[in-house]
Amino acid sequence: MNQALWIAKTGLDAQQTKMSNIANNLANSATTGYKRSRAIFEDLLYQNVRQVGAKSSQDTQLPSGLQIGTGVRTVATEKLFTQGNLVQTENLLDMAIQGRGFFQVLLPDGTQSYTRDGSFQVDDQGQMVTSGGYVLQPSITIPENALSVSIGTDGTVSVSQPGTTSVTQVGTVQLADFVNPAGLQAMGQNLFLESNASGSPQTGNPGLNGLGTMVQGYVESSNVNVVEELVNMIETQRAYEMNSKAISTTDQMLQYVANNI
Amino acid sequence: MDHFLYIAASGARETMLAQAANTHNLSNASTTAFRADLVTAKSAYLSGEGHDSRAFAGMKGRGVDFKEGVINATGRGLDVAINGPGWMAVEAPDGSEALSRRGDLRVNELGQLLNGAGQAVLGNAGPVAIPPYTNITIGSDGSISIVPLGEDPNTLAVVDRIKLVNPDTKLLAKNSNGLVQMAEGEETLPDASVSLVSGSLESSNVNSVESMVHMIELARQFETHVKMMKTAEELDSSSVKLMSMN
Repeated sequence: MNQALWIAKTGLDAQQTKMSNIANNLANSATTGYKRSRAIFEDLLYQNVRQVGAKSSQDTQLPSGLQIGTGVRTVATEKLFTQGNLVQTENLLDMAIQGRGFFQVLLPDGTQSYTRDGSFQVDDQGQMVTSGGYVLQPSITIPENALSVSIGTDGTVSVSQPGTTSVTQVGTVQLADFVNPAGLQAMGQNLFLESNASGSPQTGNPGLNGLGTMVQGYVESSNVNVVEELVNMIETQRAYEMNSKAISTTDQMLQYVANNI
Repeated sequence: MDHFLYIAASGARETMLAQAANTHNLSNASTTAFRADLVTAKSAYLSGEGHDSRAFAGMKGRGVDFKEGVINATGRGLDVAINGPGWMAVEAPDGSEALSRRGDLRVNELGQLLNGAGQAVLGNAGPVAIPPYTNITIGSDGSISIVPLGEDPNTLAVVDRIKLVNPDTKLLAKNSNGLVQMAEGEETLPDASVSLVSGSLESSNVNSVESMVHMIELARQFETHVKMMKTAEELDSSSVKLMSMN
């Protein structure tokens, strides 16, 4: 059958993927620590219908050939790790990273995962856990009788307890950084996993070695720019319509042949 | 039987090919820095004694549309767009030099600077390699400066410079991977007049309205050719009728 139909189909596929991506970004425009992603397209291989420079006779050659491309494909959906806005919550266990780095979280199956979502809580043993109940690494236990918790910009967690004027340090929040954060594998629940493309994690205290600093009482909001997504959505919808128009036009051409010959 | 039918059929077939090329452009209307392909019709004369009145239709590539796309701001530091004419040199899969205008750059786990299609960006001497950094900036002349990991913000280091070139577009052609290369395969020379805008991406240069109009035009042209084929059939059948014995 005619190739134009299939080329337009690749266009529809690509725009569909882009639309799903935009929908996911919009749906997560209020998710703490969410990083928006964007679809990346590239053109598919070209078909050589007539080879340029081929001999048209013994002494002459074709001055130009005919190459027809075969459409478009989505190469990747790339996460954009730009900083989200810091939103004040006044919750003492909320933390936001100002700069590079990820919180390290231990999954129940023992694998290490990484997140930018700093809305932590304590579990029944006093350990700091994510909203999903996964333990922050290295683990920090807040004593039962703690009156207040303070987290320094360098990640030091200290508590004040009744009967004493001095504060006790209970641990330090460490961050992990990657050479290529965009290569991390997103697994949902605001968590990312290390992959071959991300490189191995470099851990350290906040504020050192290029890692971001810790801000207590704030969370990092989603970095989705809603207006930009809506503009992208309009563009995607129109591109989708044009590709579907290409399919119907090609269909009409073929129909015309079928009806008239 | 006359060759009328065959000539009309060649017109229909070639128009279909042109429609495919046009649809390819349309499907890449949102591919970053895509360059549209141009296809044009030509006549292929059938030469020989007494045959010169006949010309079959043919389509030929007219090369690539090198018009610039629109520059859209994205705000991402590693997104760059070329302001005005010029190209970034990238490495083709076979190791040779190709030219690209797509600037959705990223750094992979080995520190290589790649564009969105996964091609390594070339610098002063081969592919650009970037050491671990906390901050990266691409200047308007393509120079890449970083704050190395663990250093103070005032220790800015220039690591490399993206090879920006501006060869005559007449010497350029697209290969079958869709990459623009020098038609003769020679290397290009850096050009200092090419400038980059960071935080922006260049869109595809496909004019979707123009492509849609072209699509309609080709569809109507196709119908004309088919109509001609129908006429050829009618002529044949009427001559058969004239010749029939009763």
